[in-house]
Amino acid sequence: MKYIDEYRDAVAAKKLVEAIRSTTTRPWNIMEVCGGQTHAILRFALDEMLPGRITLIHGPGCPVCVTPIEIIDKAIAIASLPEVIFCSFGDMLRVPGSEKDLLTVKSEGGRVRVVYSPMDAVALAGKNPDREVVFFAIGFETTAPANAMAVVQASKLGLDNFSVLVAHVLVPPAIRAVLSSPENLVQGFLAAGHVCTITGIDQYRPIAEEFGVPIVATGFEPLDILQGVLMCVRQLEEGRADVEIQYTRSVRPEGNPAARKTIEEVFEPVPRKWRGIGEIPMSGLALREKYAKYDAAGRFSVEGITADEPAECIAGEVLQGRRKPHECPAFGTRCTPDRPLGAPMVSSEGACAAYYRYRRKCSGRACPACRRK
Amino acid sequence: MSDDFNLNCPVPIDNHKTVQLAHGGGGRMMRGLVEGTFLPAFAEKGKPFVPHDSAVLEPCDGRLAFTTDSFVISPLFFPGGDIGRLAVYGTVNDLAMAGAKPLYLSDGFILEEGLSMETLRRVVCSMRDAAAEVGVRIVTGDTKVVDRGQCDGIFINTAGIGAVPDGVEFSPGRVTPGDAVLVSGDLGRHGIAVMSVREGLEFEGALPSDCASLAGLVDAMLAAAADVHCLRDLTRGGLAAAVIEIAQHAGVGIELEESAIPIAEPVAGACELLGLDPLYVANEGRLAAVVRAEAAEVVLEIMQSHPAAQRPTIIGTVTDRHAGVVELRGPLGGRRIVDELSGEQMPRIC
Repeated sequence: MKYIDEYRDAVAAKKLVEAIRSTTTRPWNIMEVCGGQTHAILRFALDEMLPGRITLIHGPGCPVCVTPIEIIDKAIAIASLPEVIFCSFGDMLRVPGSEKDLLTVKSEGGRVRVVYSPMDAVALAGKNPDREVVFFAIGFETTAPANAMAVVQASKLGLDNFSVLVAHVLVPPAIRAVLSSPENLVQGFLAAGHVCTITGIDQYRPIAEEFGVPIVATGFEPLDILQGVLMCVRQLEEGRADVEIQYTRSVRPEGNPAARKTIEEVFEPVPRKWRGIGEIPMSGLALREKYAKYDAAGRFSVEGITADEPAECIAGEVLQGRRKPHECPAFGTRCTPDRPLGAPMVSSEGACAAYYRYRRKCSGRACPACRRK
Repeated sequence: MSDDFNLNCPVPIDNHKTVQLAHGGGGRMMRGLVEGTFLPAFAEKGKPFVPHDSAVLEPCDGRLAFTTDSFVISPLFFPGGDIGRLAVYGTVNDLAMAGAKPLYLSDGFILEEGLSMETLRRVVCSMRDAAAEVGVRIVTGDTKVVDRGQCDGIFINTAGIGAVPDGVEFSPGRVTPGDAVLVSGDLGRHGIAVMSVREGLEFEGALPSDCASLAGLVDAMLAAAADVHCLRDLTRGGLAAAVIEIAQHAGVGIELEESAIPIAEPVAGACELLGLDPLYVANEGRLAAVVRAEAAEVVLEIMQSHPAAQRPTIIGTVTDRHAGVVELRGPLGGRRIVDELSGEQMPRIC
């Protein structure tokens, strides 16, 4: 397939791996921030192709995984209301709240719909004037512009029966939180290419400077990731800590100004809890005062709901790269995609789910998981 | 489609543009529906119809294969097929996977009150045409009507009986290390075609479902019956579910070559866009065959010369390593496990 196959070419991949090998003189820990990158690394076994001295640490960039359990509980409370049609991207439906998930709400008679775009939810609100249509606005800076646009659109159309439950999170504060941890191991970052397509790379410069870490805005195909690793290793070996763009076919230094403007028009940064990590200052988005009436949490009075994470889940440590998913005692036993303890086991981009899916069974020498030992 | 429909109906169905609860009530209206809609489509031509509680069938040669399947698809009509065709092909294909020649089908309709009669007639015509194409007879049936909102238009159950020729034994028990794994065509068309209609997704160019009978193809493959060890049609759960099931039941490992697995460009594109893995997307006219390694090319040639196979390909081998596990060798040489999904695939966020 055009624009896909070129970036999965085995010969080119081998050359990049060779270049990484010849550039590397000591061990380096590099974090890929985005869950989409984690998924590609495991799917194409890129980590196994890299020289042993390069360790990839899987970052907190899966929006499903970092959504705190109390926001899931709020979503469940709203979706259970008889007047509500609750719209969400598919990934969120299986994420467990304190007692159940959104699929269970659906089976109990709640109107839970999977949508592919927030605009579908706006259209649904137009078609169902006697119902309250709520959209679960989650994601990083990548999905924020379209979700902001949905609110603007609803406002223009005068759709008073539309609202959003906002759980947006921002990447740079999360990188800052990882680097500020006393147990931090990460020496360089592959930043999420699609996030940078929206935001540009200026927000990353102060982080690179302050913490002395290279940051490379990287794409999602195997060659993108390998080239991102090479660019990062080169900087590390040369003692540089610059912000660079690997994903040049999508990312411009200034990002997408129109999309940024839409985000700024509708949302403002607020402190946000991250699942397994805790509260990170100014790491989330909330609706500005001007659009406050579209806030579903306020409209349905669920702001007071709080919840604790399951004690056994080590999602926080996994999301900060301190432990690998299979190092969790519950991995593959008490925590599986069928009965997940935490969100990283649910989302297709979650690190635990990726390990479960691609690296679980070790039953012989030819097994990819065994070869890693 | 319904031009040649023979309406010899004592209660003219035109009086009822929609299905009423009484159409399932056992009285005159139900008889009108049966005699006006179902019998003209399904009854054997030239033979008087004698109402009875059972179809009485002649014995056939060989062992019997018996299967059943229920069809609840929304929308009822989709590019390349409809629920009627699916209900015939689905059960016919299940019979064919056992090496059976499909002979008889039953149909059980659950109709939603308020369903348009025209829709029902289109579905019935479609079943008639599909059955005629396959050479299978619909010999018995049942109709129930439920209150509006209690089903989604039409639910159909079909059960099927087929005859398995002597010497034909397709089962996971015959799968042995060294065997080759083939697919009869490119994967994922049905799932993506239905999803595109259901969710209003628009792709460049039409993408019809692969919905088709595999009975003819399997009949042709019987020429190499001794070398064909196991067949599976790749419906719900796609190729992944089928090969995982074979690996687990046969107690063998299966290694697939990702770059060999045929996937049409629009399907590959849609899957990339939605974050779906085409290995898990449903098909309705594709099979996987596990065959003796030495016969793989012969079986492939048989497939290539049959119109029901589109881009048949050898995609992997059976091994004696890591029993019960299916491994996929990626384009970059890395291996990964093909795992059973927890439930349906969910499109991802970004």
